[in-house]
Amino acid sequence: MNMLELRGVSKSYGKVLALRNVDLTVRAGELVSIVGPSGSGKSTLLQIAGTLDRPSSGTVRVAGYEISELSDGELSALRARYIGFVFQRFHLASGLSALDNVADGLLYSGLSRRQRRDRAAAALDQVGLGNRLDHRPHQLSGGQMQRVAVARAIASKPPLLLADEPTGNLDSAASAEVMSLFHRLNSTGVTVAIITHDPEVAAACPRRIRVRDGQVRAESA
Amino acid sequence: MTTLRPARLRPMDLARLGASGLTARPMRAILAAIGIAIGIATMVTVVGAAASSQEQILRQLDMLGTNLLRVEPGDSLFGKKARLPKSAAAMVKRIEGVVQAGQTGDTGTTVRRNDLISSSISLGIAVQATDLDLLDTLEGEVRTGVWLNAATERQPAVVLGAVAAERLGLTSPGVQVWIGDRWFTVIGILDRMPLAGEIERSALIGFPAAEGYLNHDGHPTTVYERSSDEHVESVHALLARTVNPANPSEARVTRPSDTLKAKAAVAGAFTGLMLGLGAIALFVGGVGVANTMVVAVLERRGEIGLRRSFGATRGQVRTQFLVEALLLSTLGGGAGVLLGALATFVYARANSLPAVLPPWAPAGALATTVLIGTLAGIYPALRAARVPPTVALSTQ
Repeated sequence: MNMLELRGVSKSYGKVLALRNVDLTVRAGELVSIVGPSGSGKSTLLQIAGTLDRPSSGTVRVAGYEISELSDGELSALRARYIGFVFQRFHLASGLSALDNVADGLLYSGLSRRQRRDRAAAALDQVGLGNRLDHRPHQLSGGQMQRVAVARAIASKPPLLLADEPTGNLDSAASAEVMSLFHRLNSTGVTVAIITHDPEVAAACPRRIRVRDGQVRAESA
Repeated sequence: MTTLRPARLRPMDLARLGASGLTARPMRAILAAIGIAIGIATMVTVVGAAASSQEQILRQLDMLGTNLLRVEPGDSLFGKKARLPKSAAAMVKRIEGVVQAGQTGDTGTTVRRNDLISSSISLGIAVQATDLDLLDTLEGEVRTGVWLNAATERQPAVVLGAVAAERLGLTSPGVQVWIGDRWFTVIGILDRMPLAGEIERSALIGFPAAEGYLNHDGHPTTVYERSSDEHVESVHALLARTVNPANPSEARVTRPSDTLKAKAAVAGAFTGLMLGLGAIALFVGGVGVANTMVVAVLERRGEIGLRRSFGATRGQVRTQFLVEALLLSTLGGGAGVLLGALATFVYARANSLPAVLPPWAPAGALATTVLIGTLAGIYPALRAARVPPTVALSTQ
């Protein structure tokens, strides 16, 4: 089954063409890296793959859903159920504990508050932070904060995990920590796509997709 | 393939979500709510103060009764003062339903502390001849000393109204005052009489004394009568004809309690100026909330994008910010109601009035607040819903 399927996708912002006629397929259970220099269009690619933005032309399928046919509500439901996002800047609320930050990610899932907190605790346990539930973000290291963010992304058990420069703000030890977490999640069946410009991170993925000037240039499997 | 349907936010979650934006920046929330609090507090206080004053007068009215009528001769066609017959009060007493009647006659002279004070200084005190039934008719009380009696009404003895005594600087009887061209002895001072302010401002002597010492003609200028409650209307109709059979249209019949009632209505009417100020404060408060919310939306574009990535729909983002604006203005409104109630209480205490706040005042205040919160929240909420989800990914 294809988790992600882009056919002839182009995206333009005014006169600037960020993506040109991109074809890309990610099968369920894959761990892929999308590599390219800044400005290559890899972030645009992730936004469109994550349904945060719509393509100017071409079709995008996520988990079998053709997104151009979906309303805002349906797209939101799709994101809530199928996609987990990890961002370079963590995006954790400074006033909330790790547990509440993770539980916040489940707010739009329809679960009760108790269920959300239970699931959040389980997800934090899964990323090795079961003993840091009550810590605020400022009490955590960069690697720990990113692991909280990963826990938040996976708490609703989405089949697809999209990460945008997840190690961009981390030192090498923390990077390795987070990458091994992605590998572990992938081994449980989660499809993972990581955007990066770090060759070391890219090299750690079984499949690498190179993007340049808005086009997919090369694949190495 | 299953259909995709976004989950609904539970009311509690929505409330918590709306509150989270405020608790993250409590100082800003308080400052933004102050405008609304001041506006609501002003309006509640205006209503409360007016209701308290009105309640005071209504209670007074209840106590005094509304069955007192006053007759004055009025002006004749030729501009001359019409004269009441000497026995006006006695005639009035014969009308069916009349319980008591009394009369007074203005002597046109002044009362002074002593003979060295110029007669042109009247202190606004009228010297009036009175019959003995006046006090009963007005249901007045003697504060100190005694009322006139069959003996003292012939003597140079005077009973002072409460205000008259105050203006003369007298608190107890036994002293002498200068009336006309001789000394009169003060034998009593009356209590306040809210229904007969002119008696409060009078020095009262007996009719025989007035005729004997002041050359008064013995004709009354005002007749007071009290009837049973159910006869007030019929007595009213007969009074003019009774006291001035020749020219009934000239006699002027008034009901002193009507003046008090009018006073109550005026006291109950909210002063437009204060209400206007409250409305302006409310408007400014609403703008303050809207402004705060617009800034919050700008600052929290990242949070909005993040929530969209969690699966929040545009509608849910919109609702979140609307709820936040509502909570903000309700916070201000609640504080305003408390402040207003407190101010009403303090105002009533300071003026020794019964503190009254009609229940519709806080209810209306909170309803207004909700309306303002909604109006102030709509624009920021619409802006929040338009924030594209992609901002969560941008690294700026």
